[in-house]
Amino acid sequence: MSEAPKTEGPVEIQLAPIELAYTYSAGQSATRFLRAIAEGKLLGQRCPVDGRVYFPTRGSCPQHGVVIDGEPVVLKDVGTLVTYSIVRVPSPNIPLQLPYIAAQILLDGANTILMHLLNCKVEDVHMGMRVKALWKPREEWTTSVANIIYFEPTGEPDAPYETYKEHI
Amino acid sequence: MRDVAVVGFSQSPSMRREPNRNEVEILVPVITELKKNAGIANDQVDFVCSGSSDYLAGQAFAFVSSLDAVGAWPPVSESHVEMDGAWALYEAWVKMQMGYADIALVYGFGKPSMGDLPLTMALQLDPYTMMPLWPDAVSLAALQARVLLDGGHVTEREMAERAVRDRKHAKSNPFAQLKGDFEVEKLLAAPHLASPLRKHDCAPISDGASAILLAAGDKAKQLCKRPAWITGIAHILEPMELGVRDLTRSRSTEMAAQKAGVWRDKVDAAELSAPFTHQEILVERALGLSSKTHVNPSGGALAGNPMMAVGLSRIGEAAGQVWRGTADRAVAHATSGPCLQQNLVCVLEGK
Repeated sequence: MSEAPKTEGPVEIQLAPIELAYTYSAGQSATRFLRAIAEGKLLGQRCPVDGRVYFPTRGSCPQHGVVIDGEPVVLKDVGTLVTYSIVRVPSPNIPLQLPYIAAQILLDGANTILMHLLNCKVEDVHMGMRVKALWKPREEWTTSVANIIYFEPTGEPDAPYETYKEHI
Repeated sequence: MRDVAVVGFSQSPSMRREPNRNEVEILVPVITELKKNAGIANDQVDFVCSGSSDYLAGQAFAFVSSLDAVGAWPPVSESHVEMDGAWALYEAWVKMQMGYADIALVYGFGKPSMGDLPLTMALQLDPYTMMPLWPDAVSLAALQARVLLDGGHVTEREMAERAVRDRKHAKSNPFAQLKGDFEVEKLLAAPHLASPLRKHDCAPISDGASAILLAAGDKAKQLCKRPAWITGIAHILEPMELGVRDLTRSRSTEMAAQKAGVWRDKVDAAELSAPFTHQEILVERALGLSSKTHVNPSGGALAGNPMMAVGLSRIGEAAGQVWRGTADRAVAHATSGPCLQQNLVCVLEGK
């Protein structure tokens, strides 16, 4: 110890380590989603009130406060870039070089936005871009959204503004 | 004072361990049933208030996700207490007294099976002088029970009688966790868990949720044939330091009972959420209940103890007595903190 402990003045440090163990389960809805993504499937679920498709699946509709218990909707791994940020701050565990693109993606057939990464030249990125998921090799799939490494442009023509404007 | 009544109540079954569903999934059917039974839509609810503990979930702001069960888009006027839902009901009642809401939805939920409940509850103690010693909730209650036994305030037999009574009453409660016919002698023959407490002296650990609908004035009459009017509600807090309190009685329950006007008239039924048998005796005494009062017709906390919802459920069960006409006047009790530190008393009347 470089400094002798203080014996006078206010006590400013007291060590009281707290260690509590918790056993979680993801819940029925998230379990269904995660089991599916481990098989390479993207599951959404439809609100019984207005038919909006939530992605990922969830047990209830936060807009109407109703149970969502119908059959899930299988979505394709393609969608539209709704908005984005070019990030120049390094962050651990991001599989892209700086600057990278944090993306808000509307999967085809979904009504909620997915947040993910986009691998694209920063001078090319723009709203309405059509994008597709790049998956890890199949043998590395687990119950994780990180089975998708990032999204990439498909090169298709841009989606019309009307198809995603409600998410801007 | 505005007339405010309990007009709806729903609850999940108390379970030792809910393996599949998370808290939101436990809560959704409870709130859905409440709104369905009352026949109200989201836009009729002026205020939403909940009680839960992020320590049980082990996640900061875990309670926010529970709003999914309510339907919070478009946004709602909402508040939360890190306490039993009974205190959320108190906040909603105050809001209604101030004229800010006519209809309020109150809920409480907890899934203590995810962690070690007696240890987690050590975190509510003084962080400098008590918590570093990790006194678990059962051991602290056992110290209080020892004080009561050694001082001649209660007997182990009286304690066991509470467990027998509550589990017997719970036979008619489909939501209770511990129920059936038990014998005092057999319970007393069981080994100690934390002396002098035996297993039957402790409320079970339960996952669960409950929800209540409050309405004011004419709206209460529209929503319920015989509303359970809240004619008195008060909560009183004792110090955190156990050494300065009189553990042989529940002074804060006595004071809350007096403020809530429990003794202004007869009490037909009482629902108590004391989590240990000796504490149930103390609460009965503090409320001044006579043999004419039907105590814990649902089985009380000793038959089902969903953390952060158990006190709110007592108010719901007491209101049910009024709705059904089995009581004209009922009292509900909720507690919080170690050894009955804080207590809430609510008087419900059919008019």
